[in-house]
Amino acid sequence: MRGSLVPLLITVGVFLAGTLACSLEFPHFASTLVLGDTLTDNAFLGVVAVGMTFVIISGGIDLSVGSVIAFTCVFLALAIQRHHVSPWLAFPAILAITAGYGAGMGALIHYFRIPPFITTLAGMFLARGLCFVLTTDSIPISHPLYQHLYLYAIDLPGRGKLSVIAMIMLAVVAVGMVIAHRTRFGANVYAMGGNRVSAEMMGVPVARTTIMIYMLSSGLAGLAGIVFSFYTSAGSSLAATGVELDTIAAVVIGGTLLSGGQGYVIGTFVGVLIQGLIQTYITFDGTLSSWWTKIAVGILLFGFIALQRGLAILSARGTRAVAA
Amino acid sequence: MKLNRIAAVTALGIMAAAGTAQAAEMVVGFAQVGSESGWRAAETKTAKLRAHQDKVNLRISDAQQKQENEIKAIRSFVAQGVDGILLAPVVATGWDSVLREARDAKVPVFLLDRQIDTSDPTLYTAAVTSDTVLEGHMIGDHLAKLTNNKCRIVELQGTVGSSPAINRKKGFEEAIAAHPDMKIVRSQSGDFTRSGGKTVMESFIKAEDGGKNICAVFAHNDDMGIGAIQAIKEAGLKPGKDILVVSIDGVPDMFKAMANGEANGTVELSPDMAGPALKALIALKSNGTEPQKWIKTPSTLYTPATAAAEYKRRAPLY
Repeated sequence: MRGSLVPLLITVGVFLAGTLACSLEFPHFASTLVLGDTLTDNAFLGVVAVGMTFVIISGGIDLSVGSVIAFTCVFLALAIQRHHVSPWLAFPAILAITAGYGAGMGALIHYFRIPPFITTLAGMFLARGLCFVLTTDSIPISHPLYQHLYLYAIDLPGRGKLSVIAMIMLAVVAVGMVIAHRTRFGANVYAMGGNRVSAEMMGVPVARTTIMIYMLSSGLAGLAGIVFSFYTSAGSSLAATGVELDTIAAVVIGGTLLSGGQGYVIGTFVGVLIQGLIQTYITFDGTLSSWWTKIAVGILLFGFIALQRGLAILSARGTRAVAA
Repeated sequence: MKLNRIAAVTALGIMAAAGTAQAAEMVVGFAQVGSESGWRAAETKTAKLRAHQDKVNLRISDAQQKQENEIKAIRSFVAQGVDGILLAPVVATGWDSVLREARDAKVPVFLLDRQIDTSDPTLYTAAVTSDTVLEGHMIGDHLAKLTNNKCRIVELQGTVGSSPAINRKKGFEEAIAAHPDMKIVRSQSGDFTRSGGKTVMESFIKAEDGGKNICAVFAHNDDMGIGAIQAIKEAGLKPGKDILVVSIDGVPDMFKAMANGEANGTVELSPDMAGPALKALIALKSNGTEPQKWIKTPSTLYTPATAAAEYKRRAPLY
């Protein structure tokens, strides 16, 4: 039902092989320091990618997440720094705003039959534009919570540290796995992605599920925005440009079928780590242009899409053989 | 027996020599903004050159204009155990937590060409930047000399709110304040771009009776100055003669324009930011000399007299 395990196993295999290769080449690589850094540096990507996994499994796409992250950062910086709102008030407020934003996009997609690509593209421009209306400055956040967050990091054996934002990301991945594989909502998402018409006939509440999927994605983008604001202690309208594409890449490299119906949240997590691994390799090397990150991710994406096609053709042949 | 001993001693000597050679090789990480302009590319190239001269193993990371990429780069430099980090910050805010990690790991950090906005200046070792107020002041003095302290000036400002635009304006105004007959009659932002400089200059010329009332244009950077030269030519006037052109940065195209007699002066913003930083880092590492918190790079005025030679000298950098 969740689809073949082969893409997931290949993703994990790529990650392990890559880690091994890096460890052999660079003596400092295999350390808890690099592990902690990778989790911290990619925390916002991990959080938003979990939401994107649900969207893509349901057969949709969400291009608005990068802008929603930027909007969240700007909103928090203005609220906390300029208007002295407590973060404990600002966080729930922005999560409610972003979740509502997603629910609106979900409703448009379902009731007006506007393709998710167009709806969320509009959502992307709208959220990014709003950032610049709010402020064009980059605002530092100097609230004590932001200043002292690093104190709550857990020391790993060795020199590494598991930061608070890395813990948030791991928690989101864990909860995402439970929702995807152990709840009615999760089952509905897979059913819709597999075949929307038959899902509807089987009694899946398509309207509610669609709205909830985009609510989840935008809400998690809001959470990723909070994580990003912790990461940089600042709000800038230019933050997280192009993150929606990195997120989609992580989901696809993680073995989720772009046409929907199949995929794993844990695969997405490994997909995020693979992107982090490539970036770390390139900085460790120090002579390669960092644009090689994009090239490597592009090659991996291409490989995984080809693999998905190949598996689909193989399984179609298998079904025919059984039918005959 | 004796031969054996000689061999052993020689081997030890070679090993010791190899050991010191390895210790001398410093590894430095450079988190660079990107390669968006010619000046930025020249800064990276100069950094490589200086690292080669100082026998430093320089690892460069191009952040593609994204802060998160620069933060990631700093973290992996710390993880690699580099001896120092050079950071050209893409924005002023948001560096506290990652710089704290670098400080905890005892890795000195040098800021290049821009300052950061932080509550704790001990987070970085030193900043290597130019004195942007001085640049404005120097070009103002130069213009006063050219015009015998009498000039109606139009000004092309940089991006509104950016620190070079604010400081260059401030320095220029300080310089001309001493001369009552020098006045800025019009001032508008051309956003540091050629097209912006050209458009704004066109409107200035229209507004000032076809440009007859303008004695000189002061552009906050060379790119806008080059745009203004274009606009002056299209209005049928001679740039550098009918309307004087002065600006700041010292990019090759400006030297070319000066060599052609179309511009009257530029103050160079040195692309060699890494050189002084590496020198300070080496001094810090070898004998513990604390560097100055603000290392100023020299600002030099260039005039049409030497422009052709200077253009040739810079060609390999750009």
